[in-house]
Amino acid sequence: MTFSALANPTRRAILELLASSGEVPVGELARSFTMTQPAISRHLKVLEDAGLISTGSDAQRRPRKLEARPLAEATEWLERYREYWAASFDRLDDLLIELKTTEKNRKRRAPKER
Amino acid sequence: MFLPDSFKLSTPSDCEIQVTRDFDAPRRLVFDAFTKPELVRRWLLGPPGWTMPLCEIDLRVGGAYRYAWRSEKDGSQMAMGGVFREVVRLERLVATEKFDDAWYPGEAVDTTVFEEMRDITRMTMTILYESQEARDTARRSGMERGMVAGYNRLEALLPTLAGATT
Repeated sequence: MTFSALANPTRRAILELLASSGEVPVGELARSFTMTQPAISRHLKVLEDAGLISTGSDAQRRPRKLEARPLAEATEWLERYREYWAASFDRLDDLLIELKTTEKNRKRRAPKER
Repeated sequence: MFLPDSFKLSTPSDCEIQVTRDFDAPRRLVFDAFTKPELVRRWLLGPPGWTMPLCEIDLRVGGAYRYAWRSEKDGSQMAMGGVFREVVRLERLVATEKFDDAWYPGEAVDTTVFEEMRDITRMTMTILYESQEARDTARRSGMERGMVAGYNRLEALLPTLAGATT
């Protein structure tokens, strides 16, 4: 749920705004993203269901704020996973260069019979 | 040839992780590098500081594979393995995947597809878990212990995020 919540660019932008501004009322969020309140509320619900944000106690303004921990866990996990594979594939690139060179040399030494 | 960074990591669904990467080599070489133990051991080394003392691959439907890694720093180990469900030479591999000490339910299914486009080979690997929890837990349990060091980028970001809510 966390990752599908993060998959949407508008929702990522909402998280960024909350990260820099602290608590933001829903009306202000709608204005910032030039979206209707129902539209922004749908995004907020996805984020809230994923535990990435929470709603403050002010029932009138319904301010949202970032829940840093789940977001940090999700991004950390993805980042580690990405770095793990990126490093492995870089090694694989080197190996493939070596295999291509070996193949080329072998061909040169033993040209195909006609 | 220079290839722009083609590495893509995505989560196409709640139960899947997909990794895509282009390689500047013909498909048969990339396929070999994924399926011949003596070649796999050269690059699938696990986290930094780990080696791969065990790599066995019985490349046929119903055949098993088994990988083990070892931390040279503290001697800790992790291992995984599975069974091939589909083997289409040069094109497609489907295999089950399970880490020995994973506490996620069930096993995952890996589908690896190799496509050749001119001299470039695009590899797409999709890992399908039984549930979202299984996916998230699996990756944590399998990767985390050896990967604590050296990931400074995110660590630098964390105080910013934490500070935003206090």
